[in-house]
Amino acid sequence: MAFDSLPVELSELPGAVPAWQAQAGTADLQNICQAVKNQGGRLIALWGTDEQDRGEGYTLHLSLAKAEGLLWLRCALPVDQPKYPDLSPIFYNAHRMQRAARDLLGIDADAADRRPWLRHAAWRDSDRPLHRAHAAGKTFEAQDSEYAFVSVTGDGVHEIPVGPVHAGTIEPGHFRFSIVGEKVLRLEDRLGYTHKGIDKRFQGMPLADGAKLAGRVSGDSTVAYAWAYCMALESVAGITPPGRALMLRALMLERERIANHLGDLGYLGNDGGLGFGLAQFMRLKEDVLRLNAKLFGHRYLMDCIVPGGVACDLGQAGFEAINIECDTLMHDVRLLKDIYDDHAGLQDRFLTCGRLTPNTAGKLGVIGLAGRASGQAWDLRAQARPAPYDLLDARMKTHKNGDVAARVNLRFEEIFESLRLLHVLVERIAPGDIAAPLPATMSAGIGLGWAEGWRGESVVALESGADGRIRSCHAHDPSWQNWPALAFAVNGNIVPDFPLINKSFNLSYSGCDL
Amino acid sequence: MYQLLKQIVKVGIKTEAPPDTDDSLRVVSQRLKQEILGVFEGSLAIRHVDAGSCNGCELEIHMLSNPYYNIEALGMKFVASPRHADLLLVTGPVARNMEVALQRTYDAMPGPKLVVAVGDCGCTGGIFGESYASRGRVANVLAVDVSVPGCPPTPVALLQGILTAISSGAGERS
Repeated sequence: MAFDSLPVELSELPGAVPAWQAQAGTADLQNICQAVKNQGGRLIALWGTDEQDRGEGYTLHLSLAKAEGLLWLRCALPVDQPKYPDLSPIFYNAHRMQRAARDLLGIDADAADRRPWLRHAAWRDSDRPLHRAHAAGKTFEAQDSEYAFVSVTGDGVHEIPVGPVHAGTIEPGHFRFSIVGEKVLRLEDRLGYTHKGIDKRFQGMPLADGAKLAGRVSGDSTVAYAWAYCMALESVAGITPPGRALMLRALMLERERIANHLGDLGYLGNDGGLGFGLAQFMRLKEDVLRLNAKLFGHRYLMDCIVPGGVACDLGQAGFEAINIECDTLMHDVRLLKDIYDDHAGLQDRFLTCGRLTPNTAGKLGVIGLAGRASGQAWDLRAQARPAPYDLLDARMKTHKNGDVAARVNLRFEEIFESLRLLHVLVERIAPGDIAAPLPATMSAGIGLGWAEGWRGESVVALESGADGRIRSCHAHDPSWQNWPALAFAVNGNIVPDFPLINKSFNLSYSGCDL
Repeated sequence: MYQLLKQIVKVGIKTEAPPDTDDSLRVVSQRLKQEILGVFEGSLAIRHVDAGSCNGCELEIHMLSNPYYNIEALGMKFVASPRHADLLLVTGPVARNMEVALQRTYDAMPGPKLVVAVGDCGCTGGIFGESYASRGRVANVLAVDVSVPGCPPTPVALLQGILTAISSGAGERS
C-alpha cells in the first residue's frame, strides 16, 4: 500500500484510481507531510469546508500523491480557533492554496505571508463566502484592497505592471515585472481575477449535474475535469462504467490533448516569429475540432462524459474517420516538426529560453507537461494507470533541459504518442454499453477522481450528501503548482521573451481562480 | 525553406465564405445610426476582454483567426489597446474581481462603440450565475448590443454576432 507507513489509519476508497482516506490531527500534519515528501510524494491540493451545520467546526483537506495512488487527508479544525501549521516549508505549492482557503473560510495556516489571494475587493476580510449558512446568492460589501507586491530595489531597477487585461485574447491576471534594462529580475504574478465562486456553486447541486460544472472549471481541459468528476461520483456510487465507455473517455482525453498541443505549437511558432506555424497548426487543430463536432456533437467534447459513462457512441464509420485523421496528422505534424527543427531563427528563440531546471521544478512540485519538460516524471497514464490506461501501455515522455525548446519537443512527442494511443483504442474497443446506470438513491459518501489532462492532472474531491446532492466538491488544476514555476523560468530572461515563455507553459487562470 | 514553401502550396487556401448576419442575435436595437455604421464596415477593430470565463470561449475566438475563418480577410482585427477598438467582445460571467477592469476597458474605448457579449455566461450568467463572486451576465455591467449564445459559440456563430452588431439596417438603440 502506498501510504501504509504513515501514522494514520487508512481506509481504501473504491473506484478507478488507487486512493485512500484518513483523518489526522493538526499536531500530526507536518509529520505526515514530511513523511510523504521523504517517500517521494507530493501535495496536490489543499482546501477547506465548513462543517458547522453538523455541529462541528471546519475541515482542512489535503490530497497527497505518490506514483501509486492518492491520499485524501482530512483534519478537523475548531470553529473558534481554526488554525493549522504552515505546510509551505514542506510543500512549496501549499502557500497560495492556504491563502485561498483563508480568504474563503477564515481557516488560517499561520503563515508569514498574510496577503489575500482570491479576495480582491468583493468581500471583506471578516466575511466567509464559503460558510454554509450563507445562501448561494448572498453578496458582501465591497472592500478596496491594496496588494503589496514584493518590490526590488537598486540602481536602475524599475517595474512594469501588466494586466489584468492583456494585449491578446487570453485570460486575465496581473504580472509585475521588476527589471533592469531589458532583463527580468523578478516576476510576481497576482491571480484570482476570474474567481467566480465554483466551490460555492457546487454546494447543493444535484450530483449528476456536477459534471457540467466540473467541465467548465477550465474549458480547455473539459474532458479531464468531467472525467475526474465522474470518476469521483462513480466511486461514491460504487459503480464502474462499462469497458466501452472507458475506452471512449480515453479516446476523448487523447483528442483533447492533441487539439491543445496543436494550438500551442502554432502559437509558439508565431511567438517565435514564424507565422507560418500558426496558420498550419491552427488548420490542423480546426480539422480535429470539426471531426469532434461530427462524431461527438461538440467541438471541445463538453458534456460528452457523463456520470456512469459517456453521452454518445461511435459507429464503425466514426472509428475509421479517426484512423484516417490520425494518419494524416502523423504525416503533417512530422513534416511541420522537421520545418520547426530546421528553422534556425525559431530554434534560436526556443533553446535555453525560459529555463526551469529539474532541481527547481522538483522543489516547486511542478507537474504535468511543464514538469515532464523539466525532468519531473509524473504521468498518471503511465503510473497509477486508471482504467482503461491499465490496458494501453501509455509511454511517458520527459526532457531535462526545461527550456521552451523542451516544452515544444515534449508537445510534439506527446502528440505522436496520443496518435498511437488513438489507433490502439480504435483497434481494441469492444461492443457494449456506453453507460452504467446510477443508483436511484445515493447515500452520503466521498470519492476522488484523478485524470491526466493535457496540462497535467485534474483532481476532483467530491462529498455527497444523503439527499442526492453535492455536499462539497473541490476541483484542482495543475496550474496551482506551475504558476510559481513560471516566475522562476522567466528570471534572467529579457522582457520580450516573456510571451514565448508564458505560452510554452500555457497555464490556466480559470482553473485555479475557481 | 523548400519544405516550408512546398507545404504552403500543398495546403492551398482554406478560407471559407463568411456566414450571413442573424437578426435573432440582436438583443436590443442598435444604438448606432446607419452613417456611423458605414465607418465600421470593412474595417473593424475588436478588443476582447475575458471577464471571468472558463477559457472555452477564448478557444473559439482564437479559432476565428485560423485559415478557415480568416477574420482579418473580412477587415476585422483584434487590437491590443481599447483605445484603438470599435467593438468590445466580452466573454464569461463578469467576475466581481474583473468588474473594474472591464469597466475601465470600456471607458477607454473611443465612441461610438459596440459591445458583444459572448457565450452562455456572457448572455445569461450561464452555469455560474450570480453570486458573491460573479455579477452574472455582461448586461448587468455594460450596455450590450448583441449577445451570442453557445457554450462556447462556434466561430461561425461568433462571426454572425459580430457582423450583426456592425451591419447596416440597424435601428436606434431603444
